Amino acid sequence: MKPRHRRFAWIGTGVLALGTAVALVLNAFNSNLVFFFTPTQIVSREAPVDRAFRIGGMVEERSLQREDTRVRFVVTDTANRVTVDYVGILPDLFKEGRGVVAQGRLGADGVFVADQVLAKHDENYMPPEAAEAMKKGAEVSGSLSKTLRAPAANGSP
Amino acid sequence: MIPEVGQFALVVALAVAILQCVVPLAGAARGNAVWMALARPAARVQFLLVLIAFGVLAHAFVTSDFSVAYVAANSSRALPVEYRFAAVWGGHEGSILLWLLMLTFWMLAVSFFSRHMPETMVARILAVMAFVSVGFLLFLLLTSSPFDRLLPAAPDGRDLNPMLQDPGMVIHPPMLYMGYVGFSVPFAFAIAALLGGNLDAAWARWSRPWTTVAWVFLTLGICLGSAWAYYTLGWGGWWFWDPVENASFMPWLVGTGLIHSLAVTEKRGAFKVWTVLLAIIAFSLSLLGTFLVRSGVLTSVHAFATDPRRGVFILGFLALVVGGSLALFAWRAPRVGLGGRFEVVSRESALLVNNVLMLAAAGTVALGTLYPIFMDSLGLGKISVGPPYFEAVFVPLMAPALFMMGVGPLARWKQASLPDIALRLRWAFGAAVLVAVIGPIGAGGWSVMVALGLLLAAWIAVAGVASLWQLLEGADASDRWWERLRRIRRVTPAVWGMLVAHLGVAVFVVGVTLVKGYESEQDVRMAFGETVAGGPYAFTLRDVRDGDGPNYRYQRATVEVSRDGRPYTTLFPEKRVYRVQSNPMTEAAIERSFTHDLYVSLGEALTPTAWTLRIYYKPFIDWIWAGCVLMALGGLLAVIDRRYRRGRGTA
Amino acid sequence: MKRFVIPLVVFGALVVFLAIGLTRDPREVPSPLVGKPAPAFSLSTLADPTRVLTPADLRGKVWLLNVWASWCVACRQEHPLLVEFARTHRVPIIGLDYKDKRDDALAWLMRFGNPYAASVVDADGRTGIEYGVYGVPETFLIDQEGIIRYKRIGPLTAEALRDEVMPLIRRYDVPAS
Repeated sequence: MKPRHRRFAWIGTGVLALGTAVALVLNAFNSNLVFFFTPTQIVSREAPVDRAFRIGGMVEERSLQREDTRVRFVVTDTANRVTVDYVGILPDLFKEGRGVVAQGRLGADGVFVADQVLAKHDENYMPPEAAEAMKKGAEVSGSLSKTLRAPAANGSP
Repeated sequence: MIPEVGQFALVVALAVAILQCVVPLAGAARGNAVWMALARPAARVQFLLVLIAFGVLAHAFVTSDFSVAYVAANSSRALPVEYRFAAVWGGHEGSILLWLLMLTFWMLAVSFFSRHMPETMVARILAVMAFVSVGFLLFLLLTSSPFDRLLPAAPDGRDLNPMLQDPGMVIHPPMLYMGYVGFSVPFAFAIAALLGGNLDAAWARWSRPWTTVAWVFLTLGICLGSAWAYYTLGWGGWWFWDPVENASFMPWLVGTGLIHSLAVTEKRGAFKVWTVLLAIIAFSLSLLGTFLVRSGVLTSVHAFATDPRRGVFILGFLALVVGGSLALFAWRAPRVGLGGRFEVVSRESALLVNNVLMLAAAGTVALGTLYPIFMDSLGLGKISVGPPYFEAVFVPLMAPALFMMGVGPLARWKQASLPDIALRLRWAFGAAVLVAVIGPIGAGGWSVMVALGLLLAAWIAVAGVASLWQLLEGADASDRWWERLRRIRRVTPAVWGMLVAHLGVAVFVVGVTLVKGYESEQDVRMAFGETVAGGPYAFTLRDVRDGDGPNYRYQRATVEVSRDGRPYTTLFPEKRVYRVQSNPMTEAAIERSFTHDLYVSLGEALTPTAWTLRIYYKPFIDWIWAGCVLMALGGLLAVIDRRYRRGRGTA
Repeated sequence: MKRFVIPLVVFGALVVFLAIGLTRDPREVPSPLVGKPAPAFSLSTLADPTRVLTPADLRGKVWLLNVWASWCVACRQEHPLLVEFARTHRVPIIGLDYKDKRDDALAWLMRFGNPYAASVVDADGRTGIEYGVYGVPETFLIDQEGIIRYKRIGPLTAEALRDEVMPLIRRYDVPAS
């Protein structure tokens, strides 16, 4: 092959590979980005009904119901509440009154059917999404006067 | 008094590091041999000083000196001694100290194993590493001193994060950091070569073993982390595409590309610019990983540090080091020649394709990891990019890379013949197709993904054997097979290393494919005495009893497992609550075997005599880690190759 | 040649995003308890294990609930401030000794001073959970009706006391009408 042809072959292969990679990534991105909604957004019908998303907030006190491996609990951002239905074992750090993030779909009856419940592995940690939901909920309801700042690393036990 | 010794050692180490950075660089620029000669002793002294600081901190941990705030925050009297030692790197400050210890250790190694290299080169390399070290020492002293006092002392400590109280966690961070930090060596080599303008085959030959050793450590570190996540998180997963995992995976991907690119630069003088860029990127990703994990930008499973000052410092340092080296690259790289030419069908091309795929893979991981931060920083809302994205992108990116792994070793340098390669690999391809067709049926049901996975794994393995067979070929191609076999002793360790590492990839792919394809999971409610069936196995929950560990209370279930009606094994999954931090932890019970794992973890108590349990069947999962170990072993074999030791000892 | 500058440009953009990312604080958390009644507890006091204290005993008073422990490093930071505040006798401070050993706790108070009108012992941390304790120390302001009016996570500072706690005390600590 002449050097000029070789150069073309190279550039062609490169462009092809790059194009494929970009197409793949964009395609995967589009279908796999998981958006996040707060209970308030869900109640005001901003959340999609045909695709999975994440909901975050705090598990309402005394809202957990069990029936074998099926659980139901209420996620609240202090302004609004959404019932979550989940079949499976909850993570170790799942607790009433603590932050939680669940991933799944919204049913026609307004119950969020989760296929994944996340509570991260640090007792002092609130998932950022849950924290965000609480903050937004507070803005909506106006009942919470203070946004509090957690301690720096040395302030927690 | 002793903790102050540690602090003092760090301050002196900072002074030494500044000297080691400035003086040899100036010496290299002006040709002053005396100034350049300072680099080696300075590196050794610096290592000693950091070792002293580390030893002091370890001593404080082992003797439970709770007058040191960091010790009080990460240890307790009830903590077993081996975990007290591991607790040294259980928190932020100690992790950074460990990082630094590794960095100075690599410097020490360079100072000893560099006698065959020109003095100017060595001086520049150690100066660049010292620059990195200055940054981390400042970081430690200004924002995260592990020796800050707590007076009067706390009566007892806050205990080590229960997640980290595990044998795997004792060795995982040192391994991972050895790998992370090890990429500072090829980085320093690349910067030194850019500064000196001598990017040549010799530079690539010196870089190679260092890069490979760092890569071996990183491979083992990631492998241990994955194995640890598998048995301590209680979810049966081995890779979560968690940002912290991704932070270590990105440098691994680029490092893998770098190893192959270096091979081309050494043998053929090509890809010089590309290799330099990869060396810079690999270390940049290590620093980026440190930034992501340590700054709290991503609050994830592992991120226990959230102090904005620290984030600002690391980001500033990252910008300085990476920005500086990329600017140097932009300035110097245009002067570097192109090196040996090669045809489109050649080993160079095969390696280039693999390199591009590795970099693309690293790029997609970076995108998936950083995109949520971008969205958030632009105020466009919170999103997350979960495993499905990574899986969707990785399969099509890795499949051609794996295919090329079979072809590459058989292709000749400079110019290869496609028909010739096809001819040599026809049996290998046939065998791989056979495995792809029969394998899934034998394993439990045909599916496209399983067939593809097995096809690629078999392809790599059989093509590896074919390439070995080709190497054994004598001058006369018609020699008999036993004559060929006799030549096996001539195969160099480097070639064995390549073959073993590639076989490791094949084994890894088998593990991933079969786990993905045939794993099964059930979450069940079980009363005492109740039996649940799973395939040929039956699981019976006998009871759950309470007990006390050294620093935790536990509830331990007894689960009897039978296979085809006959007793098979008994498993004891636990639920632990660590006393000091009162964190619950699930300890799964795993019955391992060559072909599958049985995995049982305890959920919650529903009634005093009924619990929820998670029961997993994981076929071939241990092959995943076995594959990683083989890859690392391959790397080690490549490093012991005699070629790299040539000239050593002749100072 | 321009193409060699590309990596630098890409990296520059990355740094900008990461820098903005850094300014976002993932730890900003409001408390859902503010505006709600203080959870009830019935715990024995530190000084006298036979004496039991409940929030109902404090009805009609504005009081501070301070969560502390002898193992808590950051508590030492705020402690002098609490001692000083206690001397003003503005409102009583009740200590919640969280997941602590009685002897350690008593020794700690001996050493650093005792600002508390009383401390109750929450050895297993159950009451702490009710109060959503997130990281010790924490401080709650509770009004005459037993409603939580303020919560602070982390050490109390002189500024926070002056600008946040005192105005609330002035607002809620009014003579019963």
